[in-house]
Amino acid sequence: MHDYLRYSTVLLRGSTAVMTGYSALRVFIEGMRGQTGWAPAWRSPAPKSRYDVIIVGGGGHGLATAYYLAKSHGVRSVAVLERGWLGGGNTGRNTTVIRSNYYYPESARLYDLALGLYEGLSRELNYNIMFSQRGVVVTAHSRHEMESAARWGGAMNLNGIDTQLLSVAEIKARIPVLDCSPGARFPVFGGFVQARAGTARHDAVAWGYARAADRLGVDIVQNCEVQGFRRSAGGRVTGVETSLGVIEADKVAMVAAGHSSVLAAMAGFSLPIRSYALQAFVSEPLKPVIDTVLLSMATGIYISQSDKGGLVLGGPLDHYQSYAQRGNAQTIRAVAAAVADQMPSLGRVRMARHWAGIVDVVPDSSPILGETPVPGLYINCGWGTGGFKAIPAGGTLLAHHLATGKAHPIAEPFGLKRFETGALIDEAAASGIAH
Amino acid sequence: MLLINCPWCGPRDEMEFHCGGESHIACATSADRASDAEWADYLFNRSNPKGLILERWVHDGGCRSWFNIARDTVTHEIRLVYKMDEPRPGDELAGSGAPR
Repeated sequence: MHDYLRYSTVLLRGSTAVMTGYSALRVFIEGMRGQTGWAPAWRSPAPKSRYDVIIVGGGGHGLATAYYLAKSHGVRSVAVLERGWLGGGNTGRNTTVIRSNYYYPESARLYDLALGLYEGLSRELNYNIMFSQRGVVVTAHSRHEMESAARWGGAMNLNGIDTQLLSVAEIKARIPVLDCSPGARFPVFGGFVQARAGTARHDAVAWGYARAADRLGVDIVQNCEVQGFRRSAGGRVTGVETSLGVIEADKVAMVAAGHSSVLAAMAGFSLPIRSYALQAFVSEPLKPVIDTVLLSMATGIYISQSDKGGLVLGGPLDHYQSYAQRGNAQTIRAVAAAVADQMPSLGRVRMARHWAGIVDVVPDSSPILGETPVPGLYINCGWGTGGFKAIPAGGTLLAHHLATGKAHPIAEPFGLKRFETGALIDEAAASGIAH
Repeated sequence: MLLINCPWCGPRDEMEFHCGGESHIACATSADRASDAEWADYLFNRSNPKGLILERWVHDGGCRSWFNIARDTVTHEIRLVYKMDEPRPGDELAGSGAPR
């Protein structure tokens, strides 16, 4: 048996795809030879003195930008500078929901680009991001909310996004744990579902993009904090000052949700952004109780169940601006109370963990993509409470802008200039979280 | 949770209050003379400091009066409470991040 395996391994060594890629066969082979063949998924190089493009922020959006720059545009002299560790910001702090159920056509194009890319991402990156298209059900709890839900679902259909209105009976059958009785504290009037929506393993998205970008020659530098921007006499960005020294670049992109204003202040401009803490919670593991993602319009809570059995929960933003990555007791109480009211059988479930991420809140609840007032400095920020779902699109669109010098048509409406022209894309309702 | 010292009611739980956002926001010029950029800056752009922020709060579960707070956005420590007609604080808060 052992000799046979050694022989197979030698044979397979000739095929780099098998011996460096991830596959069931590889897992089997490594299992049989003591897991000795795994290599780090990406390098940890010292930064060079110069790159074509520097990306500030090693979260999902930053890593995806680097990946698409290298893969789609052949720009391989790219560095991703991360102050902490990869995906340690909002990429690793969200509730992993992916959906494109927005109201306006501009948003539908943007978020559905992301959803479409997510559908093929595990294969494209050769990294299992565990995308589970379990659907997102939005429930209405009054006649007026039902009218809003019908209008919202109607807009989605007009935008070409799959959606289906649900009756109370359909919701009851789909989510038995939800109290749909007439006497419920929040009676259910109906709702709608986006069946293609779902959840994915958020860390895997960051790690998958990191590994794929690294293989295309992108340098990922962790524990490297950007402390300032280098500017030419004409004002153009020529590089960044970091905790590891000065690094020059032709173009710099800020992709640092939560800290966008801090970076912008370093570069000498301000943004229409306020930073707030958004909390998330995971319960102790339970047997399967919910096989979709539920978002309640009345209480603003959203809930799904992870593969480990933990209920993954979120609610509204904390009430005042914060850069502290921890939550506030009154929001914890509000979310827990809503869960107990709407799903009484979960009332005694214990919470295992809770945490907070710092999100960029923009007046129209839509992201900011593209150029900044500083030549050579580009931005991807302002995703508010829903940046995770947009990672493949954010990366694709910013990479396009960095490589071609022009905004991608899908990104065009989301430029910083919209606050001057007044062409806001107000997604306050469809962003799904009260703020 | 914050314990907020309302200038009229004394220390109360943060549940009784509502934050109204950054204080001391003024348009650089009059509304009819402002350029689109100046108007956008006035309407939308905020300093959003990591550190000391000056913001308006209302005691809506109490005396319903507005007042100002100087608060640290990282530690949430309240450094100063001052009334709406009091001038913007300066030197006494120096050394803890610069508000705009």
